[in-house]
Amino acid sequence: MIELLDTTAAGIAAALVKARTSAGSPVMGMVLTLVIVVDEDEAEAAMDAAKAASHEHPARVLGVILGDGRGTGRVDAQVATGQGWSGETAMIRMRGEVCRHAESVVLPLLLPDAPVAVWWPCDPPDDPATDPLGALGQRRITDAAAATRARTKAMEIQCASYARGNTDLAWTRLTRWRALLAAALDQHPLKVRRASVEAERISPSADLLVAWLQDRLKVPVERRSSEGPGITEVVLETGEGDIRIARPSGGLATFTSPGQPDRPVALPRRAIPELLAEELRRLDEDEVYAATARRLAGRGATKRAQRRSTGRRTTRRTGGKTS
Amino acid sequence: MTDAAPNPLRDPRDRRLPRIAGPCGLVLFGVTGDLSTKKVMPAIYDLANRGLLPPGFSLVGFARRDWANQDFAQIVHDAVKRHARTEFREEVWKQLAEGIRFVPGDFADDVAFAKLRRTIEELDQERGTAGNHAFYLSIPPKFFGDVVGQLKEHGLTERDEGSWRRVVVEKPFGHDLASARELNAVLADVFPTGSVFRIDHYLGKETVQNILAMRFANELFEPIWNANYVDHVQITMAEDIGIGGRAGYYDGIGAARDVIQNHLLQLLALVAMEEPTSFAADSLRIEKQKVLESVVLPRRLDLSTARGQYAAGWAGGEKVRGFLEEDGVKKSSTTETYAAVKLLVDTRRWAGVPFYLRTGKRLGRRVTEVAVVFKRAPHLPFGPTATEELTHNALVIRVQPDEGMTLRFGSKVPGTQMEIRDVTMDFAYGGSFTEASPEAYERLILDVLLGDPPLFPRHEEVELSWKILDPIMEHWAGQGRPEQYEPGMWGPSTADEMLARDGRTWRRP
Repeated sequence: MIELLDTTAAGIAAALVKARTSAGSPVMGMVLTLVIVVDEDEAEAAMDAAKAASHEHPARVLGVILGDGRGTGRVDAQVATGQGWSGETAMIRMRGEVCRHAESVVLPLLLPDAPVAVWWPCDPPDDPATDPLGALGQRRITDAAAATRARTKAMEIQCASYARGNTDLAWTRLTRWRALLAAALDQHPLKVRRASVEAERISPSADLLVAWLQDRLKVPVERRSSEGPGITEVVLETGEGDIRIARPSGGLATFTSPGQPDRPVALPRRAIPELLAEELRRLDEDEVYAATARRLAGRGATKRAQRRSTGRRTTRRTGGKTS
Repeated sequence: MTDAAPNPLRDPRDRRLPRIAGPCGLVLFGVTGDLSTKKVMPAIYDLANRGLLPPGFSLVGFARRDWANQDFAQIVHDAVKRHARTEFREEVWKQLAEGIRFVPGDFADDVAFAKLRRTIEELDQERGTAGNHAFYLSIPPKFFGDVVGQLKEHGLTERDEGSWRRVVVEKPFGHDLASARELNAVLADVFPTGSVFRIDHYLGKETVQNILAMRFANELFEPIWNANYVDHVQITMAEDIGIGGRAGYYDGIGAARDVIQNHLLQLLALVAMEEPTSFAADSLRIEKQKVLESVVLPRRLDLSTARGQYAAGWAGGEKVRGFLEEDGVKKSSTTETYAAVKLLVDTRRWAGVPFYLRTGKRLGRRVTEVAVVFKRAPHLPFGPTATEELTHNALVIRVQPDEGMTLRFGSKVPGTQMEIRDVTMDFAYGGSFTEASPEAYERLILDVLLGDPPLFPRHEEVELSWKILDPIMEHWAGQGRPEQYEPGMWGPSTADEMLARDGRTWRRP
């Protein structure tokens, strides 16, 4: 590991080359640059997740920790290759004035030509696409479920500011559920009359699932609350009976469908490295997420408008969370 | 099927959603073999772990053992724990374990097959496998006839409207053209062509599929992918191990039948074929078939083939036995453990470009690769001493291990006036890919369950491959004993002489 104090982008770039050469292998087989914008507290966990994902996607990983923005600017960095990483890493700590110009440090460090993904493991900016660091990437990964402020609205905010290339890990968490639901309708090509999603009270994934089902099925979808963990049940009502996937304890689910015996099916809650690896597999626009985000954002907007016009307290309390 | 409306939850743009196999089950014959425990069972678990198996998927074992369902489940459990690629999760195992059944019996045992039928029908009831079953024959080919005949006799191959029955077989697909045809006749008698899946696990490998991506998704390589620029092609599959305990299988078969007939000729087909109209199974097969049909043998087989047997000696720091001293091998065996052949592809694209194929056991290291070697630059505007160490440019597709691609070209040696030497540029998506990318068997088993055939050779391809190999095998049969070669090196001297006659050398992989 090379430790750099009070350095610049050029200093970090030189250290990356030096680390690579001293690791004995001057070749670059990296396929993308991953920028992680993170707090000091979350940095280690985020870098560990990126390390695991780097085995599938060898990358230059730039951890960016923005400190206190007051005072004169200073940039410190730790640069390393190897040590369980496939690719190379730089952990960059900024404080003072330079925090407002973080992109000036990151831009020179992006791999030539290779795609750039930006990931906010906890609190993302409200509009990632216009964020100076976010604007550097063609893939911007947020995680509404990890938000520490405005938790109930984090997903809505992300959906409202959706731009090409944005994606949220709350959506990634749904892939297994969505695959299973799609497979259920492959097996039972029945008309769905209505549907329901049951999940923890605050669950960005459940909100997205409701929006996706509404968008695809064009039927009313009810959102119910449970103790969790995560999503606990999805029901599709058809003329021949219910298709139901129930996962009361987060792991093994039970799959029920008309005229078929109940069957257990593994539906594990996936860890962050796995979700991140899935995100990095495709770097073009996710059109289905775009449509889902538009629907969720639209629903939020209508609700806010209703609230404003009626001003009733009760709507405010239940609206947006449990419906 | 009826004209059902398209599934509203599916969207072609939604590429996150994996294709999950429909309700189905797999019946495994030969449950104790290496292949079953090291490849097939772990692959099934890995598929389940990745969420790609349908709820209710069932696995039925059939063997001559006095086992109950739990005993077989234990075998699967141990195999999965030891060899699965992905982490062991209790809930995934639970999902699998509920669908595991075992039917004890002999291949000639009518009672057992009747029980197998009942078991499958029960699974359709209890687990909702909906009459869809694949029969995986992980057994020696001489038993195919018996098993397939029994399946037919007991109505196990009859299917209702809308359901399927498929059969999966492993190589060898016969030992010459006649036996391959016979084998195919046995299978075709019971299963329609589209329901027979021949597994050549090489075709399931990411790198092999990447050959198609590299060739047909890039503008860079296609213009030089022909006789104008390519000098020759070398396809190598080397193993550092001996035959181990497989004498019973290997003696009498040999390297050419074991490897060249299937893996190497398939690789040749993928490297040499024209662009298919699409990546649909039929389009791919048509192009592969065309190339295999255009393969011709050189007139003098004595000058354009080589074979050998590994002798006793030292390999990789270990003292090893020679082939003729291995347990179960006859002292007089003429089976080759090394085979090299020169083939020509009679098309406009490849006229005059030889394809050298070689494979062997106890060679320098374990490696499979395709090297496309280009012609030398027609004019070198450098002094004669400047380019002494410059050979041919080459593009090497490394299939295993360390999957990736290498490009060899000339570069100036720093600090000299003008000294040009070969250097290599490496792309190793590979190194890391091996961990995260699905094992070939996962991909292939999933494709069987989905009924997606592009990666499986059809019997036409198998027969064409034998047509290429049969004359060589006949020639060798009249040549007495193969040359002995030193273990741990790169094969017999006759193989080097074979290339030297053409003014070329083997690449050290």
